[in-house]
Amino acid sequence: MSTPSTGQSFAELLDRASVLVCAGPGGVGKTTTSAAIGLAAAQRGRRVVVVTIDPAKRLADAIGVTIAHEPSRVPGVTGGEFWAVMLDTEATFDDLVRQHSATPEQAGLILGNRFYRNLSGALSGTQEYMAAEKLYELHRDNRFDLVVVDTPPTRNALDFLDAPKRLVHFLDHRLYRVLIAPTRIGMRVASAAAQPFLKSLSRVVGGDAIAEAVSFFQAFDGMEAGFRSRADSVMSLLRSNDTGYVLITSPRREAVEEARYFAGRLADQQLGVSAVVANRVHPHFTDGLDTTAIADLAASHGNGPLRSLWENLALLEAAAGSERKALEPLLALLDGQPASRATVPLLEADVHDLDGLGRVVEHLLGLHPDGLLR
Amino acid sequence: MVPLQSFTASRLAIVAGKGGVGKTTVTAALARAAADRGLRVLVIDVDGRPGVVDLLGVPSSGTPDRTLGYEERLLVGGLGPDGTGRIRGRSLQAPAALVEYLDTHGMRRISKRLVSTGVVDVVSTAAPGIDDLLVLGKIKAIERSGDHDFIVVDGPAAGHAITFLMAPAGLRDAIGTGPVNTQAAEVLEMLQDPARCQVILVTIPEETPVNETIETAFALEDRVGVQLAPLVINAFDRAGLDVPDPASADLDGEPHAATLAAAAQFRRGRAADQSDQVARLSTSLPLPQVHLPTVFAAGLAPEDILTLAKALDDGGAVA
Repeated sequence: MSTPSTGQSFAELLDRASVLVCAGPGGVGKTTTSAAIGLAAAQRGRRVVVVTIDPAKRLADAIGVTIAHEPSRVPGVTGGEFWAVMLDTEATFDDLVRQHSATPEQAGLILGNRFYRNLSGALSGTQEYMAAEKLYELHRDNRFDLVVVDTPPTRNALDFLDAPKRLVHFLDHRLYRVLIAPTRIGMRVASAAAQPFLKSLSRVVGGDAIAEAVSFFQAFDGMEAGFRSRADSVMSLLRSNDTGYVLITSPRREAVEEARYFAGRLADQQLGVSAVVANRVHPHFTDGLDTTAIADLAASHGNGPLRSLWENLALLEAAAGSERKALEPLLALLDGQPASRATVPLLEADVHDLDGLGRVVEHLLGLHPDGLLR
Repeated sequence: MVPLQSFTASRLAIVAGKGGVGKTTVTAALARAAADRGLRVLVIDVDGRPGVVDLLGVPSSGTPDRTLGYEERLLVGGLGPDGTGRIRGRSLQAPAALVEYLDTHGMRRISKRLVSTGVVDVVSTAAPGIDDLLVLGKIKAIERSGDHDFIVVDGPAAGHAITFLMAPAGLRDAIGTGPVNTQAAEVLEMLQDPARCQVILVTIPEETPVNETIETAFALEDRVGVQLAPLVINAFDRAGLDVPDPASADLDGEPHAATLAAAAQFRRGRAADQSDQVARLSTSLPLPQVHLPTVFAAGLAPEDILTLAKALDDGGAVA
């Protein structure tokens, strides 16, 4: 930001953090920015892994490599190490089931169940939880000293924080308690009261679907405690001092509003914002002329190329000014907080390789004054 | 030239595109353009985004509420040559649609409890896509009612647009009989009838959104069989191509010459990249295009929507 902030520098944050969760509205360049944050930290000597949740192509677009479910090292980075991994929601969930089942048979019953297979795609929050789970796993992996996580563009960004609780709540015998009465130890059948209810549900979604749901909850029996305690560990990591939140936004008014809302919700939970990145902001081309002066100069020329050039400058300066104004309420919210701030301008060319990410890194680290581009 | 009628030819238009490309902007502009032609328009939000109310410049007296509720309400009236044009709006989100469905299918007494105990989550997991189907089923009922000449759905983000529109076919095949099967078949019939329904894909001329648009277009045609309306390319700064090349302008003695040159190069460069992406779309997708200009500000004002509505009515600024 052009105004000196009270926050620590972005470089300090990158050198110190062990988990950075990148959150923000969709379409603001979150995937690219989180990759650039990872690259910046790696260039400063850290061993970094970036987890992306969006379709593989997008991070692959950004770092020019194909990434798999297992972290793979991005070549050509000097300093530390830069790794990337694509979140595979289903595979992560499967691993969890295997870890927490009492026997391979129990795991097999669950993994083969159609209702279970539907969970990853159909139950909202599952993807967010598995992202958090992956984060937890990589945080404990001693190959890495910084984990950067890109989050899904959820309508409510706090889904990410609450997801583990939500899923455990869901798995914790919800349907089971409602539908199935433990009539005899070791043998459970639908209670008499639940029968008409199950019938109505079956009429709506089909008998097979309900039978699959019931067998899933039966097979899952006994695993809730393990899942719950794992979810608790994941949630405490998300809420610990080890985890920092980076808000990424564009200067579009709707995006800034969403980012502000997220900042407020983090504050409600006593979680601070570690950094704000304003991405794709129109650059200023001049700091010596204000918009009125530019308009006057434009008007002083007759119709011709010079007038067009001045009008172009006027238009771009007005956009840059309007965008910085739109960002003000978000930055004001962070006054007095130790959050780092960075502005990444709209670049002349889109970013889709390591060189492009390198240019974003320079702006994240504040190597270019905000007033002029390049 | 793409006439406005290409968009309003079907009673229902579902606007889809990647997050941040301006779906809500296009929804508002299209609703306004149609209402200015005297059509009775309904805007439906399925994603809980309130923006459209502000964009349409709905006067805050009377209803200061900026969001759309489940209950339909008038947003702008008295438009068009003889004042018959109007825009109404409502939201239609999955949980409410599911509860309404359960209410009307013999579970009225317990539908509240179903939500509070999480059984609704179980139902949508047992039959994936059922919530999307119920939203589409409700849209179908509105389409059949004849209360509106043109219904614009501010649709889900592109990734979700495919699953959203695939839900009926999936459920029709998964659930052999019963009300859900019937509902799915009827919704599918609507989606596949070009006279009743079209999908409007919106994109901005940048690499990643363009890639996603191409994939979405083919997936929707092949897997859903829905008609695609002309493609809307939003925020295309075609005017940037007309900024003079500073190398050939006489900048000798002009104050701030370097600044002027840098600003011109920047805008020309970005506009040229955008043109390349537009050209790529023309080659990859055999769809007519409508181009909407870039608005150089952090947010759009109702006047900007009028400008964009005018551009749509004129067949898109330049296409």
